[in-house]
Amino acid sequence: MAKFEYAPAPESRAVVDLAPSYGLFINGEFTESQGGSAFKTVNPATEEVLSEVTDASAADVDRAVAAARRAYNGVWGRMSGADRGKYLFRIARILQERAREFAVLETLDNGKPIKESRDVDVPLAAAHFFYHAGWADKLEYAGLGTNPRAHGVVGQVIPWNFPLLMLAWKIAPALATGNTVVLKPAETTPLTALLFADVVQQADLPPGVVNIVTGAGATGQAIVDHPDIDKLAFTGSTGVGKMIARSIAGTRKKATLELGGKAANIIFEDAAIDQAVEGIVNGIFFNQGHVCCAGSRLLVQENIAEDLERRLKRRLQTLRVGDPLDKNTDVGAINSKAQLSRITELTAAGEAEGAERWDNGCELPAKGFWFRPTVFTGVSQGHRIAQEEIFGPVLSVLTFRTPQEAVAKANNTPYGLSAGVWTEKGSRILWMADQLRAGVVWANTFNKFDPTSPFGGYKESGYGREGGRHGLSAYVTTESNG
Amino acid sequence: MKSISPAVRVVAAPSDSTSAPSVDPTGRARDLLGVSRLTNSALTSWLHGLPGVDQVGCEGRAAGLGTRSIKTTSKAFAIDMAISMIDLTTLEGADTAGKVRGLAAKALHPDPSDPSTPSPAAVCVYGDMVATARAALGDSPINVAAVATAFPSGRALMPVKLADTRDAIAAGADEIDMVIDRGAFLSGDYLGVFREIAQVAEACVREDGSRARLKVIMETGELVTYDNVRRASWLSMLAGGDFIKTSTGKVSPAATLPVTLIMLEAVRDWRDLTGEMVGVKPAGGIRTSKDAIKFLVTVSEIAGDDWLDPFWFRFGASSLLNDLLLQRQRMRIGAYSGPDYVTDDSPSLY
Repeated sequence: MAKFEYAPAPESRAVVDLAPSYGLFINGEFTESQGGSAFKTVNPATEEVLSEVTDASAADVDRAVAAARRAYNGVWGRMSGADRGKYLFRIARILQERAREFAVLETLDNGKPIKESRDVDVPLAAAHFFYHAGWADKLEYAGLGTNPRAHGVVGQVIPWNFPLLMLAWKIAPALATGNTVVLKPAETTPLTALLFADVVQQADLPPGVVNIVTGAGATGQAIVDHPDIDKLAFTGSTGVGKMIARSIAGTRKKATLELGGKAANIIFEDAAIDQAVEGIVNGIFFNQGHVCCAGSRLLVQENIAEDLERRLKRRLQTLRVGDPLDKNTDVGAINSKAQLSRITELTAAGEAEGAERWDNGCELPAKGFWFRPTVFTGVSQGHRIAQEEIFGPVLSVLTFRTPQEAVAKANNTPYGLSAGVWTEKGSRILWMADQLRAGVVWANTFNKFDPTSPFGGYKESGYGREGGRHGLSAYVTTESNG
Repeated sequence: MKSISPAVRVVAAPSDSTSAPSVDPTGRARDLLGVSRLTNSALTSWLHGLPGVDQVGCEGRAAGLGTRSIKTTSKAFAIDMAISMIDLTTLEGADTAGKVRGLAAKALHPDPSDPSTPSPAAVCVYGDMVATARAALGDSPINVAAVATAFPSGRALMPVKLADTRDAIAAGADEIDMVIDRGAFLSGDYLGVFREIAQVAEACVREDGSRARLKVIMETGELVTYDNVRRASWLSMLAGGDFIKTSTGKVSPAATLPVTLIMLEAVRDWRDLTGEMVGVKPAGGIRTSKDAIKFLVTVSEIAGDDWLDPFWFRFGASSLLNDLLLQRQRMRIGAYSGPDYVTDDSPSLY
């Protein structure tokens, strides 16, 4: 009998033009660091060094904030909304025109499959700029309050899981509302942010409106601590989020924090089972599970658990793990060695605590950072793999008997970012959405994102919303809310 | 495979696969449903107890499979596989013996410039053209499939449908493509549809005890919802169909990828339940190699590679063959030739 082997279908790297090293993008141009050092960024799929980037010093951050302040006072803060909108539309269009370049670079630097960077990250990033461009001249009518005004200079620190998309989530609303920006991309994934600096130049954005400083934790801390920052926006781990909240306590700085999650994906007995299986796969294996809102806890009604597990495991055997640049790859590389160690450590704990481990047995490349799609069954609430965010392609399966029990288990976590509900019963969806303490509840789908829809957490998953009108409100002050 | 046909010309069943057995469908249905008497209410409970299909999720999955990038060696494999799975079809009121002979000649020699080109699995015609097709195909391994049971509407009384089937078989048909009574299905008369299929399956038995394989056309474009497609698929398999087939080609939409995906899930799950394989045939609207390859990807990733065989998967198509041949030529000579370099026995009359 025939076997349908897919021949390699690699996307070309030729579209990407990488410099051997990058400076900092401050006041509209790339500049050398003052007192900072350099570090290498690697392709996690091959461990190949892609380029060298700057580890910005506190002095560099100070220059960036000063540039942002000048731009805010001199140009951007005074510009009409309609004119700001023109710049944002221009950026959105350039992102679309250069979509392939961004997708390939994102995949190289991050390890995610080209399928996702091409079909999700880059189109959504452009969509965020388009969406917010439309709001720029309509803020008075967005229902934010009376006379919405920008905060001023915004410091933004973003994670490595969706580097360009998180940049868009941060920069688009900030600029639409008239703020200027100092943004730090994650240490392991700085390259698309640096390419975005090129887009900023191409769009002829006034100097200093967007400043991009690369670096690690200390650079981020310098942004957080800088006295001339009016507002902070952070996406990343709950641990760092708490540090930021402590740092700014007692200051005038506003903050929005989008932190970790341990989302429950809840499958009822009457769910459309084949689509639920797809939703589970998409929930936890999308982007190698490096998703803060990943459906990492599968709560399945006990009377269908066996059948569902069988279907899920069969499906996971068709997942294609490997070269992220191959257009047929479903699961790419783990972003860094450190993250791989964390996943390895937590899964070992899962086994030690008595959960049953299964993986799809796929071959993994010899070089780079890789982890097989893994499922733990027989997990209980007390296991670490049911409580801690693994941030990898690892699913913990728990069962429940009644809707009330499902809600109790889903909510029994310090996190509250997202949840999924799978049932053909509309009334149950509404009841569940009302009961679940999570910022996003998906019904019969998972990991769907749209710039019009607010995203953010309950409890230790953070505060503030991004996207939609709610997201705009985090970037303005009004006469009613001060 | 003796239960299928004695004739050597049937597309051979893969030796390591289960074949469609000639079972008593009513007895098996009683066993599967756990009832002593097969009633419409028992069938309704069973079919309505199948898991629902979420339209958005199903279409999203199909679209995702459609983004697979099939290049070089895998494309060459898929093109030859697709050609060998075609039921080369002419179902026109204007069909003549000459047209059918032309189609048969095309099936025998799809690309005169390259004898290594595989032949389609079957030639599919109306019942009155079966003898002509059979004679033209000689003792080649290409099957003759006949549409029957008052194709395409199915609006005739049962004796007419059975006579239609028997006539085609007597004329030498290897395969029968029947239509279900969509009116009966949509009005909830599942037992009526079951009996109809079971009786046609019985009529597929030849005097010597061998059987023509039965493809059950559900006309999914008239069933509209994916839930209905899933139920009709299970009903057709339960009643003894050897193949479930999307469409007549006379109703739009015909064979869509999500509908075929639902049917492939059905045959996969049916094998889990019974151990038996049932074939799938999307028909109508598949015109390009690119489309055909998306279907093969779906076969591979949903049902599994066991179904990647002309015995278990077919395309009901006419113009698809020439597009596949063009692509095949391009892969061989490295450049596109053009429509004048593939033979066309089915140009439009108008």
